Order: sequence, then C-alpha cells, then structure tokens
Amino acid sequence: MATPTLTKKVPHPVGDSVPRVDAYEKVIGAAQFADDLQFGPGLLYARIKRSHLPHALIKKIDASKALALPGVKAVVTGKDFSGFLGLYLQDRNIFCRDRVRYVGDPVAGVAAISEQIAEQALDLIEVEYEPLPGVFDPEYGASPEAPLLHPDLGKYEVANFIFPEPGTNIANHFRIRKGDIEAAWSQCAAIVERTYRIPHVQHVPIEPHVATAQVDDQGKVTLWGSSQSPFAQRYLIAKALGMSQSDVRVIAPFVGGGFGSKAGVSMEALAVAIATKTRGRPVKLRLTREEEFYTAFVRQGVVTHFKMGCDQDGNLLAMENRFYWDGGAYTEYGVNMTRASGYSSSGPYDVPNVKTDSYCVYTNHPVGGPMRGFGMPEMHVGLEQCIDELAHAIEMDPVQFRKINCVQGGDTLVTGMTMHPTGLSECLAKTAEAIGWGRKDPPSAPNKRRGKGIALMWKAPAMPPNAGSSAKVAMNEDGTVTVSVGGQEIGQGSFTVAAQLAAGALGVPIESVRVIKRLDTDSSPYEWQTVASRLTWSMGNAVVAAAQDARQQILEVVAKAWDENPDDLDIIEGKVISYKTEESISLKNIAIYGIPMPGDQGWVGGPILGRGNFMPTYVTGLDPETGQGPRAVVHYTTGAQAVEVEVDMDTGKVEIIRGAAAFDVGKAINPDMVKAQIEGGFVQGLSTALFEGMQLKEGVLQNPSFVDYRIATSTDVPRDIKAIIVEVGQDDGPWGARGVGEHSMVPTIPAVANAIYDAIGIRVGAPPYSSEKVYLAMLDAGLVE
Amino acid sequence: MSNHLIAVTVNGEYEQVEVPSQMTLLQMLRDKLALTGTKNGCNAGECGSCTVLLDGEPVNSCMVLAVECQGASIVTVEGLAQDGVLDPVQQTILEHGGVQCGFCTPGILISARALLDRNPNPSEDDIHESLVGNLCRCTGYLRIVDAVKDAASRQAEVAA
Repeated sequence: MATPTLTKKVPHPVGDSVPRVDAYEKVIGAAQFADDLQFGPGLLYARIKRSHLPHALIKKIDASKALALPGVKAVVTGKDFSGFLGLYLQDRNIFCRDRVRYVGDPVAGVAAISEQIAEQALDLIEVEYEPLPGVFDPEYGASPEAPLLHPDLGKYEVANFIFPEPGTNIANHFRIRKGDIEAAWSQCAAIVERTYRIPHVQHVPIEPHVATAQVDDQGKVTLWGSSQSPFAQRYLIAKALGMSQSDVRVIAPFVGGGFGSKAGVSMEALAVAIATKTRGRPVKLRLTREEEFYTAFVRQGVVTHFKMGCDQDGNLLAMENRFYWDGGAYTEYGVNMTRASGYSSSGPYDVPNVKTDSYCVYTNHPVGGPMRGFGMPEMHVGLEQCIDELAHAIEMDPVQFRKINCVQGGDTLVTGMTMHPTGLSECLAKTAEAIGWGRKDPPSAPNKRRGKGIALMWKAPAMPPNAGSSAKVAMNEDGTVTVSVGGQEIGQGSFTVAAQLAAGALGVPIESVRVIKRLDTDSSPYEWQTVASRLTWSMGNAVVAAAQDARQQILEVVAKAWDENPDDLDIIEGKVISYKTEESISLKNIAIYGIPMPGDQGWVGGPILGRGNFMPTYVTGLDPETGQGPRAVVHYTTGAQAVEVEVDMDTGKVEIIRGAAAFDVGKAINPDMVKAQIEGGFVQGLSTALFEGMQLKEGVLQNPSFVDYRIATSTDVPRDIKAIIVEVGQDDGPWGARGVGEHSMVPTIPAVANAIYDAIGIRVGAPPYSSEKVYLAMLDAGLVE
Repeated sequence: MSNHLIAVTVNGEYEQVEVPSQMTLLQMLRDKLALTGTKNGCNAGECGSCTVLLDGEPVNSCMVLAVECQGASIVTVEGLAQDGVLDPVQQTILEHGGVQCGFCTPGILISARALLDRNPNPSEDDIHESLVGNLCRCTGYLRIVDAVKDAASRQAEVAA
C-alpha cells in the first residue's frame, strides 16, 4: 500500500497544467502506432473468414482450395484450437468450433503474402451451415421460449462474483434487495414507471484494431498490438493456447483511441492462432473499418425498466429496476457491466428501498465490450429522465429535487457500503449556475424553441477486487529519472500524469522525467488493464510509491556520506539539500555512481532503482441474493452536466447551444488535461445523444460505415463548454486523486433529453435524438402538423 | 498487375518509387517511403486521417492512386516542420492541448495548414467547416479550433 499522500503538502508539478509528454512526437508524425511498426519482407497478411449467419451449426469446412492458392501460407479453423477466452466467463473459442453465434463470428483464418491474396482465399473456403433460430432481443432471450445459444454454459470457467444460469441465455444475474420495496410504494406521493431501449453503439476509435503476431521455433509468442490491456492479453491468450504466461510477450505502442474497444481480447488471439502455423513468419491482422463496426467489441444495447417514487416533500423512497443487457454472442465484459449497473443501480441518490435485477443475456448480436462509462451512460439515460419526471410530478424544480436526494458522504448505498466524502452537491450547484439554470433565453429564430436540462452521474471503477498496479523509477547518470509503468497512454494523458507524480514525489523538475512510452510485458511492470478510469488513482499510487522508494534510497546514501540523519535531508529541484548544514548536492552522478566517503575511505551507494505497487485490499464480496456487503467498490467519482438546446420546429433538429459540466476528481493532477477529458467526453456523449446507433436487423448491421453511422464532427459541437473541477479528496488516491476519463460522457444523453423536454414539453425517451425522431414525436404530440 | 516507376517530390525531396497499378498514395507513403505519420483510419475517404497536400490541395490519400501522382509534389505531416521549427499549427495545437491519442492529428494538421494557405484570416466558422472531414473521437474539436485560430494570428504577426 502506498503511503497516504492526501494530508501532505502538494509538491510541484503535481496539480500543474504541464504540457503532455507525448504530444511533440504526435504532432511531427513520429509517434508510432501498431500499424506503423516495420516487420520487413517476411511479413504475412491475415484475413478472417466470418459467418454471414447470426446463428447456425457448422456442418463442414473445406479449406483445400484456399490452401492451394499460390501465396497462401496457412489456413486455420476452430478444430485447431480448443481453448477458451473470456475475462470473467470463459465462453468463447478463438475460432468457432461447432456453431456460429453472430454475423462476423470468425470461422477460419488465412495468412498469405499479400492482403489481396488472403482476401481471395477467403472466397475459396467452403463452409456448410445449418441455420438456427436467433435471439435479437435481450428480454426475449432471457425468456424460457428463446433458443439456447450456449448449451454448455454450466461447464464454462467463471469468476466467483458472476452468476450464470445454465439452461438459459442468462450469463449473469445480479440482484439488489435493500429495504422493503413493497411497503415503500404506499408511502409515495408520486411514482414514475418507464422503459427505455438503448441501441448498441460503436466505440469508433479512429485507429482500427491491428495485431501482428510471431511464434518462434520454441513456440514462444510475440504480439504487437494496439492494446489497452497487454497484461490481460498475455494472460488470456496464453491460457487459451495452453501456454505459460511468460512465454507470451505483448508489445503495445501508442493506442490511437481506445474507449474500451482495445481492452481484453477481441481480435488479437486470431493473429496469434494463425501465426502458430506460419513457421516463424510474422502475421499482421488489421481490421477494415467495416469489420471494426461489428466484429470488434460494441457498446451493448440494453432494455431498462425503471419504477421510482418519492414523497410530497421530494424525498426518494423507492426504486425498482430491471436491466436486460444485450451481451451479444459472448460476454468478455458484459457479465461485469451487468454487475456494475446493479451495484450502482440507484444512481447517485440516497434511496432507502431498492430492488434491482440486472441480467446479462446472450443474443445473436456483436460481442458487447466495455465502452467509456461501462454501462453507466446507458443506465443513466432512463434513470435521470425519471428523476426529472418525478420532480415535475410533485411540481419541484429538478435541480432542487436532485439537491435533496443526491448522495452524500456517510449515506448507506444500495449495497450497504458507506459512501465516502463526495462533492456531488457542489458539482450540481456549480453546473446549474454555469448554465444559468432558471433563466429562459429567447431562441435564435421564431421557428425554434430553447430549453435547458441537467443530469447527475456516478461511476465506480468496475474491476476485480484485487486489480493491481506496479511501477519502477530508475535514476540516470545525468540526474534524470526514467519511469516505467504498465498502464497505457490511450490519449487520456496517463504518461504525463505518471511523470508529474514521479517528479513531485521524488523532488525533481518535470523536465527531468522520462516515461517509457512503449509497453512490453517482458520489461514493463505489471498493470491489470487500462480501463475503468483507474490509472491516475491505482497506477498513480504505484508511481508515487516507486518514486518515494527511490527518494528514500538517495537520502540514505547522502546521509551516510555526510554523516547526517536522512530526516534532515530533502530533495528539491533535483538537488539533495541538508536543512541542518545547508549543504547541497545534485542528483547528477551520485544516483548511479554513489558518493566517495571522506578521506578516500571507499564509496557509498549504487544505482538507484525505486519500485512501488498498489492493490486495493478492502473490497469485499456481495451476497448473491441481496447484493449486500461491506464494500462493493473502491470509490465513486460523481458529477453533473447541463446543456442548453434549441429545437427547430420545422425539422426536429436539436442543436446543442452550450454545455457545462463539473466532476469531483478528488485532486486534479493536471487541471488542463482534466478539462480536456471533460470536454472530449461531453462531445462523445453529445454524439451518442444525437446521432449514433447501430441498426441491427436480424443480427445484420445495416450501417457499418462513417457515411451511415455518423459521429460528431467539428461542425456539430457547441462553441461553449464550461469544464468545472471539484476536489473532495480520495483517502487512498495520490494527493487525493480519483479518475474522470469515462465519467465525462455518462450524463450527457439524459441532460440533452431533459433539455429537449424543457424546450418542447415532450419526453423523447431513448437516443439517438435525431431530427426524424424528434419531428415524429412532435407530430404525435400535435405540436406540429 | 503491372508496376510503374513514378517520380514524386515528397516533403521537398525527389523520390523514384515503383508502384503497382492499384496502390494508393497512402500505401505508397507508408509502405514504400516509410512515412508512417499519415494514418489509415477507414481506407474509404471518410475519416480524414490520411489527409496530405497534393500539389498544395488537401486530399484523402487513400482515395488517390499512386500512379496518378507522377510529377506531383506531396506534403505529409513529417514535412510541416522546417529545420526543427514547428509549423504554427503544430506549435499551437501543442499549446492548446488539442492532441490526445494523436491518431487524427496528422490529418488535422494538414487540413489546418491547407486552410491557412488559402485563407490566412479564417473566421471561427471557417475553421469548423474546414475540419468537417477530419474525424476526432477524443478532443471534442474545440481546442483544435482554438489552436488554428491562434496559428492564424501568429502567422499574421510574422507577416506584418
């Protein structure tokens, strides 16, 4: 456990908006991404034969013609690989073996001397299928009538906090039973009951997935990939291939956008499996943009049912929620999203009586993965609209209603855990003020109407209880410091934060810190995964511990050389100083070569290498029947967002005029980068609110391109987004810090929906709030003719 | 499939490259000249990550055949800085925090350079419009727009 830093003075550059350590190489085109690595003329190119059916048995695969095509070096199928993949529930083979479960499911893989030849070979692979009825709706999938997608569900290896129901399509069922829900309804002055069907969306990293694999003559694997999870990939791929973890090496350069899509194992094992048959030649698999849309992870769809009630004074009394998560064909993360939305199912509110059933359901849809917010944006869509409706039902201002009910330090949460101190009320007040809550501005044209909406949010890192981090801090001859971490830079700024924390904890200027910018499981220290907005907090603690370790070693060396007490020494701006004698010495040279003892009496010291780790040790299990337990999660980041919109009555077009958002980040290590996360998340949230949705028809995606699946462009963004930082310190974060990367897009959709209601008096329900949808809703309501 | 020998000027350097008929300019830059700063995000002319200047005009290099570039002058992100001095758009995007994952950045910088070349004094709307073909999933665009605005005014100061 790291030494708590919360109560200590904050040393520079912690808390300073220093420039990003990775930006220069990115603006000159020198930063290397996975597709930029050079493998020489021996490189082979892989393509994947995929199922065109959503659900079918595989009767026969004949690859003989493909193998005979000149230039084809290997063809592999499911019969070659019997192992299973899966982070929490091992339910997926690398290639399908006896059945396909979604359109895009990998059936065979080809390696050839060019991408064109590999592509030609795919057409020569003959696959005979026996089509089966499919499941395209999670609620139907959970019913006894639905065809069974995983008859072996009871045999799969599963984490002890996931509860599959063998003989059904339910991969996890998470329950909350708090208080007496039935008795509570009779106390309510108002009750709102609503259902929302949230569509699948795609992460859309601008860099598509790419992985290059090589297997040497000893059978050892090297994988170069765009990865948020090199260590998890090493673990899972080794397990699936029956290998030892240390015989798999994952090298991960910069990631060109992740948002969760490059966490865990999605397509990487395909490249490795093919490379086992190419006799030492490296194999590159690069997804096309079309494949990216439905064969990489997607943000799963969900059907959410909410029922909630309050008394006449506005106190929330009860919530009853049922979530049917569309886990897709396999559930790399879906089972845990189901759990996370269950233990956070009250939203950021103090509710005495809660009953939640959250189901992860297998469907014949693309595989659900983690996406920025991990279920929270989807859950908050309905939750925060119902809160608004309840406020209106008792004729209370929605901000006032939220102020009365929002969670405070000391509250007993839905799981029985006690809430830590949080600045949610402050976030609410500041956001409302920034958007000019209560003031109605005139529209820009007579055919337009304006409105304002607000939404709160919370989210905890969703991860196993013991997800760990480690870090190394090594001194160099010139007095500079090299920091090694296993957490990835995916654009969020983790390397810069690592540099700042190391500089602050050690006592050197930021310019003296180098961060190793390419992760390598053979040499980088272990990190569970770059997910869950956990790096600043967890990896940050490990970096601080490593820097403090190095610092202590240096102080002891100098103390010995100077015959002083280490407690009288300090390191400031790269110099060791003595408060007692006012002597000082630069770290240059001494941190490697040591210091000569007076009178030529030998030397003291040696190369300084600090190490540090962090793992939360206090998260407890939850009762499977009630979801109750002392500590469900490490902490919650909370926040609020507000928007002002204008609705065009002639077209239904919704324009976001401006936005404001505040999040309690505990302590902003780099305030400018925190604001950049708040702005970027706001726009990604806006994009999912107005434009995005995967149109799946009988399991076939109708819009797998940027033309048909639109994301926000530079012309869609409001010119004014106010990002506000609130700091109520986290007791075990570095100088109080906790994460904010994902949180910034959690409340956007309901804030927009509530603003649309404020503008035109219509509840638009589930996103996207396209012109067509809004216009039709106005027609239905008789608002336009 | 036949090969063609073409002569091009890339970032001011004369090059001769042997390219197959179907090879795109993007592939030629990345695979033949190892200029990997230009990115492949969709290979369909929709995301703007592969934007380069072709005889001064911004193009999606995934939509241009390499053989069409015989005799042309091409500028990629690697060619923006001169003798270690960053182009104003590179300098300001750094200072305004307009870079996150960095994958769209090369294409954005080229589009911004093209805008300032044809319109040294763009309005905020002009800048938003000029970047509409460059998708960015991280930043939310505002810092990038601020950076381009700032670059324009710095250029004007230098010119004055």
